[in-house]
Order: sequence, then structure tokens, then C-alpha cells
Amino acid sequence: MVTINGAGHGLISVRKLNKVYRRGSETIEVLQGLDLDVEQGDVVAFMGPSGSGKTTLLNLLGGLDTPTSGSVTVGGDEITHMSGGRLAAWRARHVGFIFQMYNLIPVLTAAGNVELPLLLTRLSKAQRRKHVETALTLVGLADRMNHFPRQLSGGQEQRVAIARAIVTDPSFLLCDEPTGDLDRAAAGEILDLVTSLVRDHGKTVLMVTHDPLAAERADVVLHLDKGVLVEAAAKAAAS
Amino acid sequence: MKFLPFVLRNLFRKKTRTLLTVGSIAVALFLFGLLVTIETSLNAGIDVAGADRLVIRNRTSLIMPLPLAYQERLRQMPHITDATFATWFGGVYQDERNFFPQFAVDTETYRQMFPEFEIPDQQWRDFLSDQEGAVVGRVTADRFGWKIGDRVPIQGTIWPGTWEFNIRAIYDGARTGDDESLFWFHWKYLEERRPFGKGTVGWYTVKVDDPDNAVVVARKVDESFANSAWETSTETEKAFAAGFAKQIGNIRFLILSIGAVVLFTLLLVTGNTMAMTVRERVPELGVLKTLGFTDATVLVLVLVESLLIACVGGVLGLALAKLFTLGGDPTGGMLPTFYLAPSEMLLGFAIAVTVGLVAGSVPALTAMRLRIVDALRRV
Repeated sequence: MVTINGAGHGLISVRKLNKVYRRGSETIEVLQGLDLDVEQGDVVAFMGPSGSGKTTLLNLLGGLDTPTSGSVTVGGDEITHMSGGRLAAWRARHVGFIFQMYNLIPVLTAAGNVELPLLLTRLSKAQRRKHVETALTLVGLADRMNHFPRQLSGGQEQRVAIARAIVTDPSFLLCDEPTGDLDRAAAGEILDLVTSLVRDHGKTVLMVTHDPLAAERADVVLHLDKGVLVEAAAKAAAS
Repeated sequence: MKFLPFVLRNLFRKKTRTLLTVGSIAVALFLFGLLVTIETSLNAGIDVAGADRLVIRNRTSLIMPLPLAYQERLRQMPHITDATFATWFGGVYQDERNFFPQFAVDTETYRQMFPEFEIPDQQWRDFLSDQEGAVVGRVTADRFGWKIGDRVPIQGTIWPGTWEFNIRAIYDGARTGDDESLFWFHWKYLEERRPFGKGTVGWYTVKVDDPDNAVVVARKVDESFANSAWETSTETEKAFAAGFAKQIGNIRFLILSIGAVVLFTLLLVTGNTMAMTVRERVPELGVLKTLGFTDATVLVLVLVESLLIACVGGVLGLALAKLFTLGGDPTGGMLPTFYLAPSEMLLGFAIAVTVGLVAGSVPALTAMRLRIVDALRRV
């Protein structure tokens, strides 16, 4: 269950989160005192107009950026004060990222891309290979392992990106417009895949989206406007 | 090692650019190999010069002679254990391009003064018994296909006429770098036939009992012959060889200058390649960091890429240079010890590694400092 008033103690706990950018003498408050709790297994969609702070929030939750003030605690680890090296190790262990533009490495095959996060582990080559096969099978691309990104469709590229995101079995997935660059059919397939990951593997998903179809799959849709959470639609609670 | 396939994939992302960069490093290191070989060859005499030998020449100039009578006076001096002499002949064999140094030597003392030149005893005895006999170094003998017993005509340039010699011995240098291009013959043969300069020699070489006494002996020799008609200038064999090499200009400076320019250009070329590589890959570097690659890992990945380019180019260039030098002296006698030593190849490789590290350092630091959110924004 998601709460936006900071009452709960879920997988992810956000307290008084602020992010301020300075451009010369101008100060832009992107996030303003945000409180949020997300439980294990929740699918949360963040919606809102451009510049509302959705991607900034996602970056802070994933440890890609540091807040101006406030805290983000994930599974008991407060990540806001971690050093760069510790934060990188934490990301590798706990977070799977899925981007709008897939962000696959073009010189690596599907298997090579999925193997990348595993290079940071102590797994042997054979073990890595096994994990890669499992992940690609899970996303339905076992027969495309040796294909390069340029040889895949957009939907298939995003499936490889999902396999890369889940191959280390992270605590939660962060998706930034995962269907933003796909046609309706491919977007539906990707959303089905994400939904099944949640259902079958208990993954927590936080997703930034403009796509109402994607938002429909979420347990909770949170609206951001000018750095403030203005509305929560807890479908799960309503049901 | 597990990152190596990834690094290699990245290297061949832009095949043409990588190959051109590797090629330019290979050409530069090939050039380095040749320049070092030439420099070493020109200074070969310096490197192998005996520490216990002094060379005494006319103080006015090397081309001015000294009297034969000095030999006995030198032998009498304290700390000098032996004294021999030689005279530059400067003849031409068939063609001026067939240059090799010819000396008329004191046959009674020359061999024991220079034991590094190894001559079979029987051949040496044959040489001693034939006044028109000659001893030739292995390189020159092979170059002209001379064998023991061959009769060789040499056209005199200082002392005119055709001088005929019988090849009686072929010597080998005991050490790498020993000059195997020399041609010695009897000073008495020269003395009997030459129309002028009789009773003189080109220079003396003396052996001292202890290299520590070399400076004292050199000063004593020059003091002994001061204010005479034939004043002397005495120096160690090493200094003499260095002075001889300098007669054809400051080759070392020239080579260092060319080498420095080439290496600087190389730094720019490799640095530019690596900078372009990192610039093009900013979003991918952001993705790697997102996946958990640390700043240090990203730094090392870029540096390894740069190092690989430099090392492959370096090894290729040095191997080509080695192959080239295996063909021997390409100048026809000016560079008798044309040889690229393993130590110089190691130096070349160290230079390639340094170029790789320096050229890759700025792009690698840029990659390391890249903020993930900025990098991802460039997708």
C-alpha cells in the first residue's frame, strides 16, 4: 500500500524530499518537501505535466542523483548520504532501470547487454550465462540472444532492457516512460510483461509515464505538479 | 579480464578510426625504432669503448699525424702497460659508396690491445707472415663476399695508386655492438709504399694499468709532449669515439628532436581519438553507471581502451622496425652495427604505454566525473 503522508514504513520511505536546481541567480525548486511510502509489490505510476519533477523523483529514488535535503530510505538503507562507490554498489544490487529509449549498448548482443550488470558480481562465466538465459527466456527472447540491438524491433529492445533490469533480481524496478517510444501493440506487450513480473515475482515497480494505458496497470497513480504530490488514486485500496 | 570482451567490442565500434590510430602509433614507433637504431649504431664505438684505453692524437687535428718515435716514449711512462698505433687509409673499393674504415696498424701490438676482436690464431699467423695481408671484419667480408685468400684491390685516396691486399683473417666481435666492419693491414706495407708522411702514425692507443689512473696518465702524456712540434691531445677511448661521432653533427639532438615531435603528435592523435570515443558514448557511460559501474571502473575501462590501442600500435611498429633492422645496414657501411636491441624495444614499448596512459587520462577522467543525470539527458 502506498501512502503519501509518510505514515507507513514500506520498502521505500521518502521524507521531506527537496531538490533545488540553480541556474545562475535563478533557483528552481523541482521537488518540495515530498513524503512517500511504497510497499513491497506495489506498482506506482507517477504522472504529471513536463517539468513537474517526475523524472527527478525517479532519479532520487534510484540513487542516480542526490537531493538538496530530505531522505530516501530503501529496505532500511538510507541512500541519500551514501558515497558514490557505495551508491553504485547499492544500485547494482537493488535497482533495475528501464528507460524510454531502451539504452542498450549497440556493440553488444542481447545477451551481452543483459550480462552487463552481472559483470559487477562474483558470478563465474557459466553462472552469468545461465542467469542471462533465464532473464531472456522470461521476457520471451531466448531465441534472440545473439542479436544486436539494431537487429531487434523497438518492443524487443525494450524486452532486452527489462531482462537487463531483472537479471540481478533487484528489489525494485524504476521505469522512465517505458512505453513512450513504442506503438500501442508493443506497449501493451511490455506492460503485460511488467505486470507479470509483479504478479509472479513480487517485484515493486515505480514508473513515470504519460501513457494512460500504462497508468491503468498501476496499483496507485500519483500526480505531481510543480514538485508536489497533488493526488493519490489508490486503486488497490478502493477495490 | 571479464570486461575485456566489452572493451574489445568498443574498440571495434569505429573500425576505421581505431585502425588509423593504431596505424599512426605503429608508424611512429617504427620511426622511433629506426632512429634509435641509427643513433645506437653511430655511437656503437662509444658504448663498447674500453675504460682502460686512452687515445692520443695530434692536438691540432685528428687528421694531423704523430711521430712513430712516440711509441717507445709512451711505453716508458708510468701506468702505461702497452702502446699501439694506427693510421687512417681512406681507400675506395670499386665504388665510393662501398665505404668501410681501413687502418694501417702496428701488427706487433694491435691484436693484444683489442682482444674483443676475435681472430683464429692460425689466420692471425698467416696475416703476420704476409706483408700484403689484411684482416677484415665479418660484416665487411660478408658484404663483399670475401673469403680467406681473396686478393682485394683498393684505390688509395690519401696515398694514390691501387693497393692490393690478401685477405688472411676474418674477425668477429666478442660483444654485441663491436664494430665488425673494419679492415686492418700492415703499417709497414703503407710505410714502404707511401710517398709522403713517412715515419708518422695517425694516432696511438695506450693501455693503462688501472682505469682510475686514466685521467692522470692523459694529463702526463700531454704534458710530456707540450711545446714540441707534435703536441698531443689524450682522451679516453669513449671520449674519442664520441668526438668522432660528433664530426657528423649532433645526431643525438636531431634524433631526440624528431622523436619528441613525433611523440607529441602521437599524443594528440591518440588523445583526440579517445576524446571522440568518450564524447560519442556519454549516454552509454551514463547507462553503465546507472547499472552500478563505479566511477573508478569507468575510468579504468576508458584507460584500458586507450592502452590497448597504444600497445597494439606500439608492438606492431616495433616489430616492423626489428624486421627492418634484421636486414642489416641499409646505408652500405655507414652504420656497421645496425641492430635494434631488446632494451630499446622495451623503451619503445614503455613509450607506447605512456602515450596510451597520458592520451587516455583526460577522456577517462571526463568519463569518471560524468554525472549520471547529465549523461542520460543526452540520449
